[in-house]
Amino acid sequence: MRSAAAAIIRKDLRLELRTWETLPAMAIFAVVCFVLFHFALDRETVEGDLAAGVLWMTLLFAAVLAINRLFVAEREQGGFDGFLMAPVDRFSLFLAKATVLLVFLVALEAIAVPAFVVLLLGPGPGQALPELLGVLLLADLGIAVVGTLVGALAVQTRARDLIVPLLALPLMIPVVIAAAQATAPLLLEGGAEPLVGRWLIVLALYDVVFGLLAFALFDFLLED
Amino acid sequence: MRPTFGRGLKTLSIASAVILTAAFAMVFFYAPNDADQGFIQKIFYLHVPLAIVALCGFVAGGIYGLKHLRSGDRAHDLRSYVAIHQALILGVGALATGSIWARAAWGHWWVWDEPTLVSFLIVFLLFACYQPLRFSIEDPERQARYAAVFAVVGGAFVPLNFMAVRLAESLTHPRVLSTTGGAMPGSMRITFLLSLVAMAILFITLCKYELSAKSTRIQLRGMRRRLAGEDDGLALGRSAAPQQV
Amino acid sequence: MPALPLDDAGPYVAGAYLVFLALVLAYVAIMAVRQSRIQQEVDEIARLLEQRDGGA
Repeated sequence: MRSAAAAIIRKDLRLELRTWETLPAMAIFAVVCFVLFHFALDRETVEGDLAAGVLWMTLLFAAVLAINRLFVAEREQGGFDGFLMAPVDRFSLFLAKATVLLVFLVALEAIAVPAFVVLLLGPGPGQALPELLGVLLLADLGIAVVGTLVGALAVQTRARDLIVPLLALPLMIPVVIAAAQATAPLLLEGGAEPLVGRWLIVLALYDVVFGLLAFALFDFLLED
Repeated sequence: MRPTFGRGLKTLSIASAVILTAAFAMVFFYAPNDADQGFIQKIFYLHVPLAIVALCGFVAGGIYGLKHLRSGDRAHDLRSYVAIHQALILGVGALATGSIWARAAWGHWWVWDEPTLVSFLIVFLLFACYQPLRFSIEDPERQARYAAVFAVVGGAFVPLNFMAVRLAESLTHPRVLSTTGGAMPGSMRITFLLSLVAMAILFITLCKYELSAKSTRIQLRGMRRRLAGEDDGLALGRSAAPQQV
Repeated sequence: MPALPLDDAGPYVAGAYLVFLALVLAYVAIMAVRQSRIQQEVDEIARLLEQRDGGA
């Protein structure tokens, strides 16, 4: 299973490196969002709760962009049929796509988080960097798992671009809750407060539960 | 052997009418007025059972979805669809009565303080996408399968979401819905339980109604096709509801 | 203490119950009518099918 997944991951990453379809769009979208937030909130800087909220909403909407594109190539160019004919475990497609989405999210954050620090964040950048990275990673895992599941569900429908946000955003509310609550004390003006462990547990629980669900259900989405 | 869904419908209808009337009678004539909320508190006997039964309906939809995935039996898909459909209707009632309570208790038509209400809204919004999802998939078998996957995910989401929202709200706002907690006097508790039972039986009755109506219509369609001959050209239009059992 | 005085909020609560009852009764009535109509159609078509299959 791992070699099949690795092959698909390589294919998708190589495709992205060659065509640069998804990642630049996500990055630009994120920066535009920050600009919009500046005007919508009428603020020079944000900190604490507000900063966490702005950051996570932007990341979430950028993730939706990526989810929309995730399975499109397979759908339009017969990749699903080809995959089904291969003698591989069907779950490897899920693993591959979720990993690709995770890579996209991490790459996006490498651009968006510094942009956020420069454009909107009040307190200094190095304040609580390791903790922030930890929260980002756990939340990204959750978004990747749910996003891949919803993407696979939506790609076979007629209104794919509508269905993805409708389905994915409510499902990701627990991620937003936990991630925002965890990030808020890290971005305070007067110096970061320690990380609250409970939210990390919630994120980890979410990742595990939806990972298991995806493992159980993904095969049904590929049947013909 | 096509399943018949209408079994016991008459008994159920009468039972639910009787128990519902009894429960409402108890609400207005037997249960005492709440110490600090007064008459308004009576909305709880409507709101909380609606919400609990709706949530159970969603979870039941998920369970039937799982059964459909495992067996491929379209009857389970129909049950899943109906359970979610009726639960959505009850959910609207739960949100409306919740809003009335919020207005009466705090003067606003919506409050974010109450974690159960907020997490219920989230679950409702999620399952509101069930029908549009079904409608956007044309192939009936695939529609049933994908809807089942979604129902299972949604059903699993209910407890997770509930927990997350409660965690979030409990930090800044103390829990307010304490009248349904331990401090309820016995007469209130009995009334509440009876209302809950009444709502549950009503829900099952409504589901059976819809199941039998839909399955009869499916039967009718099949018979019309047989009457008109094999290749009748009766095109099945796109529909969100299951077309076959 | 309730934000709305009791005589303001009371009617909402009572109204909620009445609306609920009315909706349930309306739903049941509509379903009953629809069900009987469909049952009539089913019986008629069954009869027609029997005629046709019995004769042929």
